[in-house]
Amino acid sequence: MTAILHVEGLGKRFGGFVALDSIELEVQDGERLGLIGPNGSGKSTLVNCICGTLQNETGSVRFAGQALDGLSAHERTRRGLARSFQLPRPFGSLSLMDNLRIPILYTVNARGGARAIGNEAIVARCRDLLGEVGLVAKADRLPRDLTQIEMRKLELARAMAAEPKLLIADEVMAGLSHNEVDEIIALLIRLNDQGVTVIMIEHIMRAVMEVSQRLAVLVAGRKIADGAPKDVVRDPEVVKAYLGE
Amino acid sequence: MRGVPFILCLIAAAAVIFACGRWIDNSYAFFAAYVVVQYIVLGTAWNILGGYTGYVNFGVTAFFAIGAYSTVVLYKLVPALPLPVMVLVGGVMAGLVGLGTGYLTLRLRGVFFSIATLALAVVVQTLITNWDFVGGARGAYVLRPRVAPLIGGEYVQYLFLVMLGLCVIVLATARAIERSALGYGFTAIRDDEAAAEASGVPTLKLKLIATTLSGGFMGMAGAPLPYYVTYLDPASGFSLNYAVNAIAMPLIGGMNSWVGPIVGAVLVGGLQEYLRVTISSAVNVLVVGVLLVVFVIAAPQGIVGLFQRKK
Ligand SMILES: Nc1ncnc2c1ncn2[C@@H]1O[C@H](COP(=O)(O)OP(=O)(O)O)[C@@H](O)[C@H]1O
Ligand SMILES: [Mg+2]
Repeated sequence: MTAILHVEGLGKRFGGFVALDSIELEVQDGERLGLIGPNGSGKSTLVNCICGTLQNETGSVRFAGQALDGLSAHERTRRGLARSFQLPRPFGSLSLMDNLRIPILYTVNARGGARAIGNEAIVARCRDLLGEVGLVAKADRLPRDLTQIEMRKLELARAMAAEPKLLIADEVMAGLSHNEVDEIIALLIRLNDQGVTVIMIEHIMRAVMEVSQRLAVLVAGRKIADGAPKDVVRDPEVVKAYLGE
Repeated sequence: MRGVPFILCLIAAAAVIFACGRWIDNSYAFFAAYVVVQYIVLGTAWNILGGYTGYVNFGVTAFFAIGAYSTVVLYKLVPALPLPVMVLVGGVMAGLVGLGTGYLTLRLRGVFFSIATLALAVVVQTLITNWDFVGGARGAYVLRPRVAPLIGGEYVQYLFLVMLGLCVIVLATARAIERSALGYGFTAIRDDEAAAEASGVPTLKLKLIATTLSGGFMGMAGAPLPYYVTYLDPASGFSLNYAVNAIAMPLIGGMNSWVGPIVGAVLVGGLQEYLRVTISSAVNVLVVGVLLVVFVIAAPQGIVGLFQRKK
């Protein structure tokens, strides 16, 4: 296997606060990586730096063989990196359908080629995606009619709509019922079977253990463990970080 | 092309309106109608940036006056130039300034962008006030031809026709934007810029398209002004009325659709004209101010929004 994502010495500060301290991370093509860590350990910040929403001060990110440094977020999305926002950021004045239309128009269609689709196909695709996350009944509603949990599902669907090579799901399962968690797990694994590499940030350990083929742990902006899930959760340093919380 | 029937309808409507004007054959009616149509153009132009992408431009007069003063320059250099060409030149000039402003300011968000556009209006006004060639603070006279070219009759009829044609172009553009990927991109920017970027929307490029189109159309709206007023000085070219109206009309009519600025301009512009004739021109601004406050509080989606909600 080859690495699709390669994060090297990535550092990010907010003022004097070091949010990320020289992070090294490699994700193989087709892999499912779990990323865990206590709240505030820098997981979402790492996602923001990988996807270009924030600019890291040091280090570099390589994706699919190319350096992403200096590229804006939309260029990274077009190259096949998609993410959900932990705090949902829906397009408030657009229906759920049209929320998904944006990445189709600006990512899938902007890439051009055979995958570019016309209006009818876009509508059908949006319906399928909403169906996958269980929101098809609300296709024509506005995001403000959704619960916080449903908005997380919308976030996931919108990331999927960009047809990424690498999908980063940032705590999309928080608050979901047991059955819903199972559905999203199945969805992520199905996507992965179709060839999408997945990074899943999650607190629900059942989901983490079920989805992750490999597990990385962030604590206070540093990666303290990376390896097979069953080994990582027994790592004394990881156990200490969680119990000490 | 999907937009063709709509454009034909617009042209037909404009033709009917113009034919009615010819039939009434009253020069006051033409002068009044010109103002309303000019505000449809100005309001729609403002709305392309302010309504669609959510970037509030307070510097309307800068773009409007650039259009007006580019006509003054052309009038002095090549007076024989047909008015539509002058309108085009004014639009290009204002569009370029829009592009430049966009480049310099669009990394600013929200209120900081608005303040920067306000500063732009001050800078442009200062430059023009100190530019002798266009009359400086004294102002410039522009002789209005007595007879309208092509169509005959009074020249104001020709001014109105040109503004009507411009209105067709601007409305067709606004509606085409709304239905295109560009319009969806603008809306995504307005709703959440970071999410738009994450969805692949090239936000900087789209915002530059919006500032250029918006500025260009504002300049076009201002280009015939010297012929309309025949005497243009900075006080009239940069009148606060233009900025207030260009913002108030889409806001009152509704900012989410091309219909809004039309409704706003006809209603507010018509009311202002009525008040100007019956009471005084000073009361105009007061009325717009009150309407603006009422709508911002009671109907932020404007008049069009009131109807859409009932759906
Ligand atoms: N935009 C920001 N400005 C300042 N501090 C931030 C910002 N974003 C995150 N932080 C801080 O960085 C740390 C890591 O946050 P985050 O990446 O959201 O953690 P996690 O996702 O692991 O819970 C936290 O202490 C948080 O307060
Ligand atoms: Mg987080």
